[in-house]
Amino acid sequence: MFAQLTDWYPVILSIKVALIAVTVVLITGLPLSRLLSRVDFPGKDVVEAAITLPMVLPPSVIGYGLLMIIGKNGLLGQTLGNLGLSVIFTWWAAVLASTVVSFPLMYQSAKAAFLSVNENFEKAARTLGATEIKIFFTVTLPLAWPGILAGLILSFARAMGEFGATLMVAGNIPGQTQTIPLAIYFAVESGKEGIARTLVAIITVFSFVVIFWVNRWAKKQKY
Amino acid sequence: MLKTKIIKKLWHFTVELELELDNSIMVLWGHSGAGKTTFLHCLAGLCKPSSGIILLNDRTLYSSVEKVNVPTRLRNIGYLFQDYALFPHMTVKQNVMYGLKNYKHLHLTKSPVNPLELLNSFGVGHLVDRYPSQLSGGEKQRVALARALAVQPELLLLDEPFSALDKNSKIKLRQEIKDIHTRWQIPFILVTHDEEDAGFLGDRIFTLNKGVPVTSSIA
Repeated sequence: MFAQLTDWYPVILSIKVALIAVTVVLITGLPLSRLLSRVDFPGKDVVEAAITLPMVLPPSVIGYGLLMIIGKNGLLGQTLGNLGLSVIFTWWAAVLASTVVSFPLMYQSAKAAFLSVNENFEKAARTLGATEIKIFFTVTLPLAWPGILAGLILSFARAMGEFGATLMVAGNIPGQTQTIPLAIYFAVESGKEGIARTLVAIITVFSFVVIFWVNRWAKKQKY
Repeated sequence: MLKTKIIKKLWHFTVELELELDNSIMVLWGHSGAGKTTFLHCLAGLCKPSSGIILLNDRTLYSSVEKVNVPTRLRNIGYLFQDYALFPHMTVKQNVMYGLKNYKHLHLTKSPVNPLELLNSFGVGHLVDRYPSQLSGGEKQRVALARALAVQPELLLLDEPFSALDKNSKIKLRQEIKDIHTRWQIPFILVTHDEEDAGFLGDRIFTLNKGVPVTSSIA
């Protein structure tokens, strides 16, 4: 039923792509969600809608949008080309696609988590002489952490599962840009059902273990 | 010694209060929505007055004329929140120690308070390793008081300190706050909507109605 996997590249690449994407999403999403949960400005609703858009748009639309930016004739693609660099059809394009689609999940979860922190804790820290940076790292972040962690899991899962946009910008180059979802699709298409089943099992078990472990860990973080 | 005049415009009325306070307890009494908490927030720097002046021991903390607005963390004003605002992810000990490192530079002249002795003197020394969720209302209040006093504030603000307590704990804690005040010798401003608490604790009582003091009495 399962075929022996001769090429582990898609598995390793998928994990690598998802880890990098989630790191980028965490580093950019946390400050942005924190900022937008506290400040108000005209046009904020428009900005927030734009941030959330990749979550609901079809992946092919994301893929096409990215092609227009990093493609050979794209806005950024041309500039990079002049420097002798190319992102399109490399695994970095897969990272980019995964980052864009998983960003809204991180943003939404982190924003809700920050808003759930009672402002009195931050005010109390202020009256105790703490600087804003200290308050963020010792009060706000630890209290918002369970929600942020949930966002991290969702982003990771979404990044691992990214298919449509990845296919359009990174292509399906075995040994270079072929992630698990792409490998499964092309294995089924070319009749290698055994390989497809093995990959399906790997990604399912892996995702299950990650979610199970993180949920258990979060349960222990009760005050 | 606190000297202040604060004018803070809110959307439906204006809080306007002028007072001078030596090392005594002043009670601000009024119905909810009368602007009491707003006044405390302005003193602590948690919100900005529309205009006015705040002088604490001859240090200008706020002045609309001189364009001074010292941030909360440098004001050295203790604040006891209505819900106590104990950090839920820290133990009692960590809560009480939280402010000490921040205030190192301010207290080189004063001898430091040992926070654990402070907890002992409030009768909660045995609870140092507990988390706030494992404390009763009265215990939370004592810990919150110890946390606010550990950084040796020059003024202590208490926002409805008894509202979350049953009658017996309240009567006990009222007396304790009076004793603490005698020991610390700094001005206290206490906000309450309870007339009995106001009468028991206040050296002076301000009655606040829609932001404006209607009476001031000396108890």
